[in-house]
Amino acid sequence: MTGPSIAERVRQVPPSGIRRFFELAEEMDDVISLGVGEPDFTAPSRAREAAIASIEQGRTSYTANRGKRELREAISDHIEKWELTYDPADEILVTAGASEALDLTFRALVDPGDVVAIAQPSYVSYVPGVVFAGGTVLPVQTRAEDEFVLTPEVLEEAGAADADLLVLCYPNNPTGATMTHEELARVAAFAREHDLTVLSDEIYADLTYVGEHTSIASVEGMKERTVVYNGFSKAYAMTGLRLGYALGPSEVIDAMNRVHQYTMLSAPTTPQYAAIEALRSCDDSVERMRTQYDRRRKFVLSRFSEMGIDCFEATGAFYVFPECPWNDADAFAEALLEEQKVAMVPGSAFGESGSGHLRVSYATGLDDLRTAMDRLEQFLQ
Amino acid sequence: MDARAELLDLLRENARYSVSDLARLTDRDESEIEETIAALEQAGVLRGYQAVVDWSQAESEPVRATVELNVALDRETGYDDIAERIVEFDEVRSLRLVSGDFDFALDVEADSMGAVSRFISEQVAPVPAVTQTVTHYVMESYKENGIEFDDGHDDDRLSVTP
Repeated sequence: MTGPSIAERVRQVPPSGIRRFFELAEEMDDVISLGVGEPDFTAPSRAREAAIASIEQGRTSYTANRGKRELREAISDHIEKWELTYDPADEILVTAGASEALDLTFRALVDPGDVVAIAQPSYVSYVPGVVFAGGTVLPVQTRAEDEFVLTPEVLEEAGAADADLLVLCYPNNPTGATMTHEELARVAAFAREHDLTVLSDEIYADLTYVGEHTSIASVEGMKERTVVYNGFSKAYAMTGLRLGYALGPSEVIDAMNRVHQYTMLSAPTTPQYAAIEALRSCDDSVERMRTQYDRRRKFVLSRFSEMGIDCFEATGAFYVFPECPWNDADAFAEALLEEQKVAMVPGSAFGESGSGHLRVSYATGLDDLRTAMDRLEQFLQ
Repeated sequence: MDARAELLDLLRENARYSVSDLARLTDRDESEIEETIAALEQAGVLRGYQAVVDWSQAESEPVRATVELNVALDRETGYDDIAERIVEFDEVRSLRLVSGDFDFALDVEADSMGAVSRFISEQVAPVPAVTQTVTHYVMESYKENGIEFDDGHDDDRLSVTP
């Protein structure tokens, strides 16, 4: 018996690059992990109470495919601060995490052979998402000297002019980089010139520490060619509740919804109640968390500079992306883990241009962060 | 946030942050931190730095009570005059004038229930302006100064995630 044969497009996707590192870290006790990509806070209690109340009231049926109308309206109000105007009726889709929304977009927009340019270093799901949809990935390597901001120059160089779609994520995981309106406008001009559809993952939008977040969809002439992703995981510390959303032109949202209604039917109901409450009453909680992250960000950057570690000033998400003191960041991360029990993720896990760097997450309490920095200092001596 | 507000916020979070950590957390110079703290102390904004104790975990536990106090004012006696007398007692840990059904709210602490009772009946109640006292003994403390007295939430996140 030969058994089931695994599909080619699944076989060609390697296991996640951080998998091996994760296994190493899991085996050890007392590890301080700066390798975590989710908040260390819990969801605001008001949002949790709303979820509990909805269950007590027996609200356990499906919602509309696109998500509860009330939630879509609350989202529509919330995103106005980023100068985004989307119609709750047909331009917003609530999904099981922003990840589902991205997957839906790949499936809805990518035909076999379509080329999807992905700005890297990037979150690890974009590449497999494109492959699963039968597309061809074109990595676009942003540069350390640009502080990992995406530029028309690197797009040109990578051949993205011939791509069909462009995926970008700012504030960025893993680098913590953000992009200003001017910088986004240059990318937008490139996208318009070469007729690229832009998929903009803005899940960390609320976690911007210097200036205001700008969405590329708010740049003139971009709304009709952009899909924006956001959700409740990061800003509202609701990762496990799996709730996100996509904003886009109605025909794209329609197409995504067609896949969504046959695969997911609707995003989970309970988290939608939590999300409505989160948008309604949890701005203060988000601000408190943001303040804490910002302090830790400054703390880690100060400690790096005291240790002589090169690191650009990351201004978003909850990551900093220092240059690795050794040439081989993988070896460094492994040695640091073994000798000092501090976990940092080698930047190469996020794409070629991440190599030689480390992703350091500061979604960890200050006491642990302080100890981790002391251990790192010890390790370097 | 300006430097003063930010430092107050941080010191209320943890009064034992070192000057160097405060500097790192706010991206300011250590000298600026020292000067600002000194200014806050000088201005009487920062009145002290105290420990938050979970007495249920300590070897011995003082008896604590919240006391409601009603007073009658007259031409010669205002709230401040009464407060001035009452704050003098070591047993009084805090004293606040509040809105609502009674005038003052006191936090009182002593070695035993008897000592708290005697203190209220022999020292507070006889103050001429005091018309009524209601004593509520503290039975359990769940949160003090913003710090929860549970075992904390276990960090059940995976150690490395994308």
